[in-house]
Amino acid sequence: MPKRERRSGNEAVAEAMRQINPDVVGAFPITPSTEIPQYFSSYVANGDVDTEFIAVESEHSSMSTCIGASAAGARAMTATSSCGLAYMWELLYVAASDRLPIVMSVVNRALSGPININNDHSDSMGARDSGWIQMYAEDNQEAYDNLIQSVLIAEKCRLPVMACQDGFITSHGVANIEILEDDKVKEFVGEYEPENYLLKHDNPLAVGPYGISPYYMEIKREQAQAMKDAMPVILEVGREFEKMTGREYRFFEEYMMDDADVALVVIGSSAGTGKEAVDMLRAEGKKVGLIKLRVFRPFPRRPLAAAMCKVKAVAIMDKAESFSNSGGPMFAEARSSLYDLPDKPYCINYIYGLGGRDIRVDDFYDIYNDLFEIIEQDDPGDVYRYLGVRDSRYEEEEQRMIKETYHPGAAREYGIDKEKYEV
Amino acid sequence: MTLRKTKASEINEKCTWQELTLGAEIYEPATSRLVNTGEWRVDRPVFHPDKCKQCLLCFPYCPDSSIPVADGKRQDFDYMHCKGCGICAKVCPFQAISMVKEGE
Repeated sequence: MPKRERRSGNEAVAEAMRQINPDVVGAFPITPSTEIPQYFSSYVANGDVDTEFIAVESEHSSMSTCIGASAAGARAMTATSSCGLAYMWELLYVAASDRLPIVMSVVNRALSGPININNDHSDSMGARDSGWIQMYAEDNQEAYDNLIQSVLIAEKCRLPVMACQDGFITSHGVANIEILEDDKVKEFVGEYEPENYLLKHDNPLAVGPYGISPYYMEIKREQAQAMKDAMPVILEVGREFEKMTGREYRFFEEYMMDDADVALVVIGSSAGTGKEAVDMLRAEGKKVGLIKLRVFRPFPRRPLAAAMCKVKAVAIMDKAESFSNSGGPMFAEARSSLYDLPDKPYCINYIYGLGGRDIRVDDFYDIYNDLFEIIEQDDPGDVYRYLGVRDSRYEEEEQRMIKETYHPGAAREYGIDKEKYEV
Repeated sequence: MTLRKTKASEINEKCTWQELTLGAEIYEPATSRLVNTGEWRVDRPVFHPDKCKQCLLCFPYCPDSSIPVADGKRQDFDYMHCKGCGICAKVCPFQAISMVKEGE
């Protein structure tokens, strides 16, 4: 029987790593993922795993260690966050173009500057074009489940995988989760038996050769194909996992979407907060739904567009800026996936939660009401919006409304039309 | 996943992306022998066997391996790989190697 235990997200991931028992872990500490290699090194010290744990001097080296180990034929894993991930940048591309199935637990955190250690998705969203598969977890259970599935997905696709969770919110938040039996996980991930690897004696092999311009583009095209081919593999591994656990894993989860008029698309832990707002609005009789995106790379363009088309207006929630002056990274992709469809919904963007800024149930509640207003007005207004940011223009209006109505709650009661102020 | 093990000698600039190997892996040793790096050359070393005393000082100084040695004697240059650096001509005590412009 699987056991139910309380685990923080970091503990859950370290536990999954113990059960996976990788050959090599190369890691360097960085908040908030520090605990993962810390807990894992205890397993190594206690002899619970056979892993070669390589404590390195930087993340550039931890990824280099994983690349070398993986090319040599080992099952290699690491964990990092934020600037640690940024410091790996150069090697992320090498791992992907060499098609090495490295699995990395990413605990999402803002990038400096200003210096900030709290949760947002700037780190992994910045690495979105490095050729890694990316999966995001809503809660501790999903962080645990995704990591186990990542091993199989990586090895079947020969692509590296980032299994992401929200820093502090799930990494340090303790929840009651279901932990599988050790032998079940062992059987699920199986033995890693690559066809070719550097340490195979009778098989001389060169990994990562120079790819001059007559070859580079063909290699990139092949990588693009690998991402395309990863789509059915992700679903297949999800189905296998569901057979074992009863927990369903697809590209995204649809919550109350079947008859919804408006919806949110959100990644990570905020989906849980959003679902609470959905329940509140449903109790008021309002038809609202939510899509929680699990797989960001490869981007599930067609199925996501089909799901978004069930509603008349959709808000894409980005916990990362891309400074494109056109919205966040998920907005750009989700919105463009709708372009070819005839009956597409209005699609707006909210940048939210940067550097650990809280998002609350009533924030989501307000967004849903904004979406209803968009349908009513038949006008999306400015689609590039910020949520929960202090703006002196709003504050001036708030003061004016209080003055005009002699009512301190006026702004909240009547609402401020924030959309008339462009980001 | 079955790998396409295209031979290095069959990999060329006409190969489609489907014909190249996964991750550009090469499944044989010493494939640099197949690559004509000699085409980078501007200056060309010329070997004068009449002046050569077979001291073999040139051979270890060659930063490539463009001076083949057989039965204890150096042979003529491997022009497919020689990049014309001129080190061999500099170290030869007997002026048995001279540098000329490529094409002359």
